[in-house]
Amino acid sequence: MSKHEKKSFINKEIMLKAIKDSFVKLNPKYMIKNPVMFVVEIGFLITLFLTFLPNTFKEQDTNIQLYNAIVSAILFITVLFANFAEAVAEGRGKAQAESLKKTRKDTKAKLLDKNGNIKIINASDVKKGDIVLAEMGDIIPNDGEVVEGLAFVDESAITGESAPVLKQAGSDFNSVTGGTKVKSDWLKIKITAVPGESFLDRMINLVEGASRQKTPNEIALTMVLVSLTMIFLIVIVALYPMAQYSHVKIPVSTLIALLVCLIPTTIGGLLSAIGIAGMDRVTRFNVIAMSGKAVEACGDVDTMILDKTGTITFGNRLAADFIPVGKNSMEIVGRFALISSLKDDTPEGKSVIELAKKLNIEIKPEEYENNKYIEFSSQSRMSGINLPNGVQIRKGASDSIRKFVLEQGGTVPNDLEGVTAKISRAGGTPLVVCADKEIFGVIYLKDTIKPGLVERFARLRQIGIKTIMCTGDNPLTAETIAREAGVDEFVAECKPEDKIDVIKREQAAGRLVAMTGDGTNDAPALAQADVGLAMNSGTQAAKEAANMVDLDSDPTKIIEAVEIGKQLLITRGSLTTFSIANDVAKYFAIIPAIFTLAIPQMKLLNIMGLASPKSAILSALIFNAIIIPLLIPIAMRGVKYKPMSAKAILARNMAIYGLGGVIVPFVGIKLIDLGLNPLLKVLNLV
Amino acid sequence: MGILQIVIILLLIFVLSIPVGKYIYKIISGERCFVDPVMNRVDNLIYKISGIKKEQEMNWKQYAVALVLTNLVLTVILFAILRLQNLLGLNPNGIGPMEQSLSFNTAISFITNTNFQSYSGESGASYFVQMILTCFMFVAPATGLAAAAAFLRGIIGKSKSLGNFFVDLTRFITRLLLPVSIVLALVLVFQGVPQTLSHNQTVATIEGKMQDIPLGPVASLEAVKNLASNGGGFYGANSAHPFENPTPLTNIITIISLGLIATATVVAFGHMLKNKKQAWVLFGVAAFLLVLSVGVTYYSESKGNPVLERVGLNQSMGNMEGKELRFSVAESSLFTGATTAYQVGAVNSMHDSLTPAGGMMAMWNMMLQTAFGGKGTGFIYLLMFAILTVFLCGLMVGRTPEFLGKKIEGREIKMVAIAILLHPLLILIPTAISLITPGAAASTSNPGFHGLSQILYNFTSASANNGSAFAGMMTNTVYYNVLIGIIMLVARYLPIIAMLAVAGSMASKKPVPESIGTFRTDNTIFAVTLLGVIIIVGALTFFPALALGPIAEQLTLR
Repeated sequence: MSKHEKKSFINKEIMLKAIKDSFVKLNPKYMIKNPVMFVVEIGFLITLFLTFLPNTFKEQDTNIQLYNAIVSAILFITVLFANFAEAVAEGRGKAQAESLKKTRKDTKAKLLDKNGNIKIINASDVKKGDIVLAEMGDIIPNDGEVVEGLAFVDESAITGESAPVLKQAGSDFNSVTGGTKVKSDWLKIKITAVPGESFLDRMINLVEGASRQKTPNEIALTMVLVSLTMIFLIVIVALYPMAQYSHVKIPVSTLIALLVCLIPTTIGGLLSAIGIAGMDRVTRFNVIAMSGKAVEACGDVDTMILDKTGTITFGNRLAADFIPVGKNSMEIVGRFALISSLKDDTPEGKSVIELAKKLNIEIKPEEYENNKYIEFSSQSRMSGINLPNGVQIRKGASDSIRKFVLEQGGTVPNDLEGVTAKISRAGGTPLVVCADKEIFGVIYLKDTIKPGLVERFARLRQIGIKTIMCTGDNPLTAETIAREAGVDEFVAECKPEDKIDVIKREQAAGRLVAMTGDGTNDAPALAQADVGLAMNSGTQAAKEAANMVDLDSDPTKIIEAVEIGKQLLITRGSLTTFSIANDVAKYFAIIPAIFTLAIPQMKLLNIMGLASPKSAILSALIFNAIIIPLLIPIAMRGVKYKPMSAKAILARNMAIYGLGGVIVPFVGIKLIDLGLNPLLKVLNLV
Repeated sequence: MGILQIVIILLLIFVLSIPVGKYIYKIISGERCFVDPVMNRVDNLIYKISGIKKEQEMNWKQYAVALVLTNLVLTVILFAILRLQNLLGLNPNGIGPMEQSLSFNTAISFITNTNFQSYSGESGASYFVQMILTCFMFVAPATGLAAAAAFLRGIIGKSKSLGNFFVDLTRFITRLLLPVSIVLALVLVFQGVPQTLSHNQTVATIEGKMQDIPLGPVASLEAVKNLASNGGGFYGANSAHPFENPTPLTNIITIISLGLIATATVVAFGHMLKNKKQAWVLFGVAAFLLVLSVGVTYYSESKGNPVLERVGLNQSMGNMEGKELRFSVAESSLFTGATTAYQVGAVNSMHDSLTPAGGMMAMWNMMLQTAFGGKGTGFIYLLMFAILTVFLCGLMVGRTPEFLGKKIEGREIKMVAIAILLHPLLILIPTAISLITPGAAASTSNPGFHGLSQILYNFTSASANNGSAFAGMMTNTVYYNVLIGIIMLVARYLPIIAMLAVAGSMASKKPVPESIGTFRTDNTIFAVTLLGVIIIVGALTFFPALALGPIAEQLTLR
């Protein structure tokens, strides 16, 4: 996991801000968005009223005023705790947004008119469709596409990655983000975003939580919580006349205390914090989710579509072996391969040199210094050097080299075919090495699977996610890599349109599909997929189509996103279960407490042996309040998640949060009672 | 002995539910069945006469409209018949028209499968009315079963249609309720239950006094009364009356028929789903709740009443107050458990005279409605709690919750929430209002905790569409007739409509293929969780009310 994980979820600055915000959020206009806590706030107002006017209901209890005051104080703290949880979650996002906002300083932009004249205007005045010039040292005014030029751009403001990246017109790396800085050369950029709606703006909004909307799942859960709240409201409203009929006097503040204890305040207080923290966890992975819905959808993913190149493998094929053909030795193949690669700057070329070094094949490089390097081109499909004595040394695709040799009247060794076929079958690429008309052997270029991926695919299988690898390779190569990496299915010779077909096929079977992509031709597939993760290095079109953008441009992050999505739902479910299970103990604390004075036999139900009725009620209420801040760390970090079968996860969480939810309050309330009762005696409230 | 008796009868119900469940499955699915050669003709004739197009498939809205409208029309007809019973013949005992509010209550009571009776059959209903009521005893449960059939098709099915209400209604009556009732009625006649149109007899008893012996077409009503969750007796004393339930054999037959169809519905669900394990999980949960309540009732009843013991009355036979001498405490306890768990409402002992704990378990059964529950509707409630449980569990495994391969989302949860919210609303609020309304509270025969229990029991019975009564209370007042009538109406149709909506919405969803990451609902963990949710959400809601009623009464009894 990433380094971000280990950071403490709170610091002093966030803490202070959160405390302030928890008071601001007391505004009923805001509270009503959280119906459960809104009920608590109303309860607080009623008990507060009764603190000042204790005779409203003609209650004859001893010290009723003080009692009302204590109840209202605990209720007030309960609401504050819930607000605090939300504020802390938001605070972390806000801190991040602040640092982003710093990059959005008001800068100038160089607007180009039709004749190519430069006009200096404010960056915020740049409109969509304008063409601007950004030279070395300039900050790019808004998101756009490079239409001309080539430059290195420092994107650290957004990605945190300090190494500048190359942007070039007409390539898949032509998209630039507002707020980033040109480090070399110049770019002409066509602006594609409306002012105020740039990627940076959206990102600030998202991490700040300003544009946060309740997700469908949150809405459904809120429905459950609201209906539970209403059920208990009915219970309490009905209890008052029932008690009156049975000649049991229940102070109104006790009824409110019972109500607050029974309604699911724990999850009600933590629900939005869980959602915000889930988004935040994604952000900490340097992935920007366009909505909370996208993060949740991750948890539901059934099928993951992954590109082979760049995602599963490094993509650049590295030399793994020199295989001689004919009567040649490995030494000779290695020698000529090495010579042909001396001036080759490609990763393949470099890897040939490395391999030769490893195999102790040595030449004197200075002998070859003045040779002419023949670069690889898509027409010739080979590269190499021409020695001063006219010898042409080449390495390249099998058929090209074969043609090259035959043209010069050479022969092709009989075993070449077998060797290259074998390499292809194994998922490698054969590069044939020759000098003039003689073929020496083959360089075995191997596509390497990224370390750790095999284990991660196994983990995905454990949680029931199917992986499909898409590659432009031939079926043989594709199969080898697929087998080595451990993906469940592969699509060979895959064109971008084929990806959409695969997605549609999976979706038709009722599965939720996630995919990653970066190129413009990935955009339709990204849009079609339920979860689309675009690379920040990719094109604007891809980023627009996706519902998540990975700032580090690491396609394997989709796996983490899925786990975070699951963890989000698990946290929500576990804390809800905990909250509901708590009610058992609270009933057994409060019901006997309410009735024991009028019906002494009721003390039989006081199975916790709580000291006095008032102490029992207040202990339950205090437990109900302090459990919220105690659970904030779980809400923020999420319930621990390990890939397991659904049954195992359920059994584990049910034991911890279900059974634990029944037992913990019994212990907690008893402990609070032990400490509270002497205090109440002093206050004459027993 | 008592326990053995209870165990044997319960086992008989459970074992018999297996073949009956398969048969009900065939009724719902239309799969070929041995009765087809005869019954297809009968059904087709009925379709032809009443203009039912049996191929016409209904979506959930059409189904709900057909169900509600059919029931509404029948209610109006029944109301008219009750008001005019003195003019309609077959009234050898010369009974006058039924009072307005009582007619309102009775009409709703019988169409909603509640059979709450604020009248005594002997003195309040003509033979014609009794026979009409017998008809309603077929229609009302068949409506509940039809709703369950539609619900099942929706949540399992691949098509968007929920079936055809009229076809379901017909098939349940002609293939299940009618034939079984005919056989049962003949057995009852054999055991001494009257089936006659002759008027009441006045005879001289051995004490030399004169006594009216009420007669009537009892056996025909009695059979379907017990079989189909009705519970409305021919006589005021219901199954405690020797002419309704004369012998220990009829008592056993009655208990079995109380539970058979509701239990078998769960088995039918397993066949429909092609996943018997899933059905057994629900079966296990319901059976556990049933056995628990019967066990507690039996324990409490056989311990007797400590107050009576103190004044020197031997309680070694258990609490026999309000029980018939021909039935033991065990038989009465089992009957009480079954009639309240299955929402039948027939009684063979006076529930008002149960020990407070026994009376509480009767209420508890009606509060939960899931210990198999009423015909069709009980199973719907069970699945509703299952959906709520799935929602919580589903989140806990990190996926949008799925049940039977369909995603459970906001819409379904909203409907489930309405249905679950309704029950405490319809029980607690009216109870509270009645307790503080002087005239209403005066209807109770006892003050204090027992009085609260009486009122609580009656509203619980009405909201659960059970129909049994805590007999000590006088409910034939305009206030109670109207209030209870409205409660029965809302409690019956709102959940059915809500659940049909759930079925409709689930039917239109694409099934999600199962994977190892899918949370399965056919195992023990789910069963235990479901039980926990039912008890915490379903029962604890009523804990404060029960504490002030039966719990307080039991605790102060010593």
